[in-house]
Amino acid sequence: MRLIDRTRAEALANLWLAGPATVAVLVLIFIPVSIVALLSFTDYQFGARSFNWVGFDNYLILIKDPQARRAITNTIVYAAIVIPLSILFGLLVALGLHSVMRYAPRLSAILRAAYFLPVAATLVAMAVVWQMLLHPNLGLVNHLLAAADIRGPAWLSDRGLVLYTLAVIGIWQTVGYNMVLFLAGLAAIPEHLYDAAEIDGANRGWERFWTVTWPMLGPTTLFVVVVTATGAFRVFETVATLTRGGPAFASDVLVYAIYREGFVYFKAGYSSAITMVFFVFVLLFTLAKFRLMESRVHYR
Amino acid sequence: MIELRNVTRRFGTTTVLKDISLAAEEGSFLALLGPSGCGKSTLLRIIAGLDRPNSGEVILGGRDVRNLTAAERNVAMVFQSYALYPHLTVAQNIALPLAMRGRSRFERSLIGRWFPASREKQQEEIRRVREIADQLGILPLLERKPSQLSGGQKQRVAVARALVREPSIFLLDEPLSNLDAKLRVQMRAEIVAPNRRIGRTFVYVTHDQAEAMAMADKVAVMLDGRIAQFASPRELYETPVSMDVAAFVGLYPINFTKAADWTALPGGFRLPPGSLPQGKQVIIGIRPEHLFPDPEGPVRGKLVRMEYQGAEVLLDVRIDGGTLVKAVAPGDWQRAEARGDLRLSYLPRHLHVFAAGSGERLELARDGQHEDERATTCG
Repeated sequence: MRLIDRTRAEALANLWLAGPATVAVLVLIFIPVSIVALLSFTDYQFGARSFNWVGFDNYLILIKDPQARRAITNTIVYAAIVIPLSILFGLLVALGLHSVMRYAPRLSAILRAAYFLPVAATLVAMAVVWQMLLHPNLGLVNHLLAAADIRGPAWLSDRGLVLYTLAVIGIWQTVGYNMVLFLAGLAAIPEHLYDAAEIDGANRGWERFWTVTWPMLGPTTLFVVVVTATGAFRVFETVATLTRGGPAFASDVLVYAIYREGFVYFKAGYSSAITMVFFVFVLLFTLAKFRLMESRVHYR
Repeated sequence: MIELRNVTRRFGTTTVLKDISLAAEEGSFLALLGPSGCGKSTLLRIIAGLDRPNSGEVILGGRDVRNLTAAERNVAMVFQSYALYPHLTVAQNIALPLAMRGRSRFERSLIGRWFPASREKQQEEIRRVREIADQLGILPLLERKPSQLSGGQKQRVAVARALVREPSIFLLDEPLSNLDAKLRVQMRAEIVAPNRRIGRTFVYVTHDQAEAMAMADKVAVMLDGRIAQFASPRELYETPVSMDVAAFVGLYPINFTKAADWTALPGGFRLPPGSLPQGKQVIIGIRPEHLFPDPEGPVRGKLVRMEYQGAEVLLDVRIDGGTLVKAVAPGDWQRAEARGDLRLSYLPRHLHVFAAGSGERLELARDGQHEDERATTCG
């Protein structure tokens, strides 16, 4: 005689397995997000004892204020550069290392580690290195340019250039991660598909790529796109350490604006409104990608 | 027409193929038979052009193809894992080799495929795909993705992809080994049929001797990187050149009984006098299906175990001298108890004699008259 029947026991086991994580997600993500959503309709300031409901005022400021609009457009421009280029370079490097692995596995491993270094290293510490490299007078980059008789610009203090400089650093930082993901994807492609492609007449590198490699990398690419996109929208460390959004908000981005409004000016309400905009951004982007790509990459 | 001359392939320090030479006529069905790891798949890949030999020549249709790629050799191949492209529908899978060869790169591109010349070729491809799909009974599956197919259906699609164009030679790498037993037997005929119909050479790799025997005109038994015997299925079965080949071919494992000398054969086995050179150590081999219960039989032993299989009964018999042999009785053979004394009989022509040291076949100097008589009269 059992105390509880089998289905009930299984249900309890399922609850026990999924329950703690669900509670954690609720307490640590859903509740804070709801609180932030509520705060975005108030004029609450950190430390204040009371607040007033201000409706959509915070959002209206966000739309009207050129400074806030700047942060939004900067984030979009930054993401538009970093997402495609870091994926493209990640893929190219992975393809290269994957073929080098056949005849020089040691070299391939060393290069892989080198490309992965920016991912593993602390970005704040790396930012210091970048600052030294990009220094207008003393930096290595401009010294090299000078040797080629080119007058190097002020990479981080030129208003027209700073965002692109940060984007390049963003790409440098992301390529290694994407490369590792693509390498895993490449290793999982069954060798016999390449054999079949060769038998079928797709024997040039390009044809092999389009017949086998690219379609078989579909699930990996979807994952890489999602991860890279969220990473690009969340850009913060390089901005905070290298430019602080300057000069004159030329490199201001959403997350840095959230930080500045919330933790420097203590405008919790306004900061929450920017957070909600950022949240909706990432959510829409991710949903769109899954809707558009999911059905096409898993081939079911 | 395919010919291999002294093909050798090494991977590092291990030699996988040792000096392989064989030839098959145009339109024949050739099987490469051997246990796993004997190098048969490597040999097939060398014929296909997916792998290169360290030395030796591969000749297809009278032409040395050593330096040609797989695509240039124009071979078709069916893989053990089917190797269907998961992102393409069945129709696109089958049409791919046609598109790759028939249309230029521009005509396959996103823009080029809308040009009239390309459209016309695509129509022709579709017609050809439907024709071949109809022959293999997969017409209703054309719009499905490979992940929606059963093993047998995938198998047919893979065969269709190989048959859709006109290659110089068909290569099949264990194409049936992932199917269940019943389907395997059924698919045998479907693979042999196109060989007879279009008259192209087929090379079929398998580890299943029953498949090789049933389908091939000629079988190359590969053991340990060498061709142990290259002969018709009947020759392989009736006159295996060595103990290893004899052990590999045949539904039931062959019985071997060691004899110190031909005059002192164990358990009542006899050979015609003078049929073997004197004083030579031999091993007698006889297939279970050639050893049957007979109350008057010369071989005496004790029944240890019997296994009823419907059409026949498999017997384990410990013959005098201690060797355990298998024998086969007809399915209606009755016996009160599964133990006790039993006498077995055989036809002398079914005895295989091998040299004890090398395992090579020794030919008996037969004098005809013993051919069809019971062994009882020999002693």
